[in-house]
Amino acid sequence: MSATTMNSGASERAAGRKNSLHRQRLWALWGSYVALAVFAVVFLVPPFYTVVTSLKSSAEISAQVGSPWIVKNPTLENFWYLLTYPNFQTYYLNSVMVTVLTVAFSMIISVLAAFSLSRMGFWGSQLLSTGVFLTYLIPPSLLFIPLFQIVGSIGLINSVWSLVLLYPTLAVPFCTWIMIGYFSSIPKELDEAALIDGASYLQILTKIFIPVAMPGIIAATIFAFTVAWGAFLYPLAYLYTSNQMVLTVGIISDLIRGDVFQWGKIMAACLLASLPPIVIYAFLMDYYVAGLTAGATKG
Amino acid sequence: MAEVSCRKIVKEYDGGVQAVKGIDLDIADEEFVVLVGPSGCGKSTTLRMIAGLEEISGGEILIGGEVVNDVPPRDRDIAMVFQNYALYPHMSVFDNMAFGLKLRKFSKEEIKRRVDEAARILDIAPLLERKPRALSGGQRQRVAMGRAIVRNPKVFLFDEPLSNLDAKLRVQMRTEIKKVHQTVKTTTVYVTHDQVEAMTLADRVVVMNAGIIEQVGTPQELYHNPATRFVAGFIGSPAMNFMPCQILDGNGGGLLVHVNEQIVLPIPAARVDRYRPYKGKKMVFGMRPEHLFEYHEQAKPGWERVDLKVDVVEPMGMETMVHFFLGGDPICARVAPETECHPEQILSLTADMNNMHLMEADSGKVV
Repeated sequence: MSATTMNSGASERAAGRKNSLHRQRLWALWGSYVALAVFAVVFLVPPFYTVVTSLKSSAEISAQVGSPWIVKNPTLENFWYLLTYPNFQTYYLNSVMVTVLTVAFSMIISVLAAFSLSRMGFWGSQLLSTGVFLTYLIPPSLLFIPLFQIVGSIGLINSVWSLVLLYPTLAVPFCTWIMIGYFSSIPKELDEAALIDGASYLQILTKIFIPVAMPGIIAATIFAFTVAWGAFLYPLAYLYTSNQMVLTVGIISDLIRGDVFQWGKIMAACLLASLPPIVIYAFLMDYYVAGLTAGATKG
Repeated sequence: MAEVSCRKIVKEYDGGVQAVKGIDLDIADEEFVVLVGPSGCGKSTTLRMIAGLEEISGGEILIGGEVVNDVPPRDRDIAMVFQNYALYPHMSVFDNMAFGLKLRKFSKEEIKRRVDEAARILDIAPLLERKPRALSGGQRQRVAMGRAIVRNPKVFLFDEPLSNLDAKLRVQMRTEIKKVHQTVKTTTVYVTHDQVEAMTLADRVVVMNAGIIEQVGTPQELYHNPATRFVAGFIGSPAMNFMPCQILDGNGGGLLVHVNEQIVLPIPAARVDRYRPYKGKKMVFGMRPEHLFEYHEQAKPGWERVDLKVDVVEPMGMETMVHFFLGGDPICARVAPETECHPEQILSLTADMNNMHLMEADSGKVV
């Protein structure tokens, strides 16, 4: 009898525990949904407003009648204007060129630097890796005046090439830092095995490290891309004619005339300028998330 | 195929710590040598110096008669199997095995022939297209071995290759490695901390401790004639029993051993002359558990009766391990499974004094 009582007591307790666990889980679930909903609203409202405004004609925007969240007469005239506007095409092409070159230079430099700093273990490599990261901590706003002198002395003021030269100085330290982390997580035995198999250091890098550290390389690429595509301060400081401008400064200098803000066109330009990052993020994220290192060693 | 020689090799790290303290070792062509010892004894460092992955602080390493101190790993014509497999995760099994051959510019046909041959030896032919992540631990280790075999190197180096496998697979892979060596017959240096692996695989075992070689010999030599207390204790499972003792004079010119000030046993006549110089000195008495077994009425010469109180009984199936305490020292005996024993019981045992060991207490040298 007593055994039965004990057993039933125990099972009730177990059931109680299960219920409380269930309740806790439910709370956690609701909590996360609410937090995520707030987060989504906060972050999605501005792009939504951008889309709405970009679809309005200048007349509708300036009329300020009714809710600003609703488009009465949707039109693509802003987009059409920009796509056929030669200056906008120039900004776009300049941005693409600067970004592609910056990403390429930054990645070549940072992958090589990270490999040598994380693997070749030469005298002072530790100090140098810390130094590389410290340079990233210096804000660009402190640097743009001294850099102006440098850029001026080599005759690149008001040249889009000044950005190709300068952006890697922003991207390389952080990319190198990310890559050092990734390369350090690759088991040492992998390069030792390759070394014994007959690979040179460059072959170890190209045939083993780069494929294995692809998620890290993609993360660094995304960073370098973001830096180059979205930078504002340097192009604002160094470029002043339309034929040399990139999107970030081109949009504001061309579509804001004095105190006249062409909101519809500005919003449409912002959307067009956001397309490459969106496409690249969506495309690369799959690679980024996929774990490529599984199975290398005992995990 | 080649012989490997280490001449007074030293490995000193920054700060003056010596991991390897000038060891000498000659490994014959086609020989399977196992370096065994506890963690930090310098066995892996020695192997890595042979591989060229660690710089040598002093001494010389010769592979096939040539000094290789300054030869990079890829030019030493060696292949190595690592503890954690070190397979290239982005390559298929075939590509993993072919990598070294591709770098050495072998023809496609030759690469395929060699990989297929190695896959056949290791029974991994159906796995060639898979990625390492789709393989089990045992399969991964086979691929790692395959990568070594296809190169047909002068020397195979194994760095604790079975430590990451579960117990059952380890025994299975041990047999595989032995079989592969019987087929391929390449000079092999194998590092392990598992003395059973060392005993079962090796032509010769090198027991290392604290950066020096304690003893080199065949498994049987090490087991029956250990040179030091360390080797005696390290080789054999369960480990040898050790107790402090003294040698005393016995009747008729014989000698007695007074073990742990508790029991007195006569020393077999054949050993009397050998042990006489140690009379009165501080010594250690050693006896393996298998030489301490259930009491037999028909004793052979050198079998002595010892009565001890049982502490713990461990039935293993084919034998039973019985643990005792003698003057504070644990003692293990291996008795027949049908022997009746239970804790607190006084059990009569036979000590086979023909297999006793006597060591100097200070130096640990077996006399």
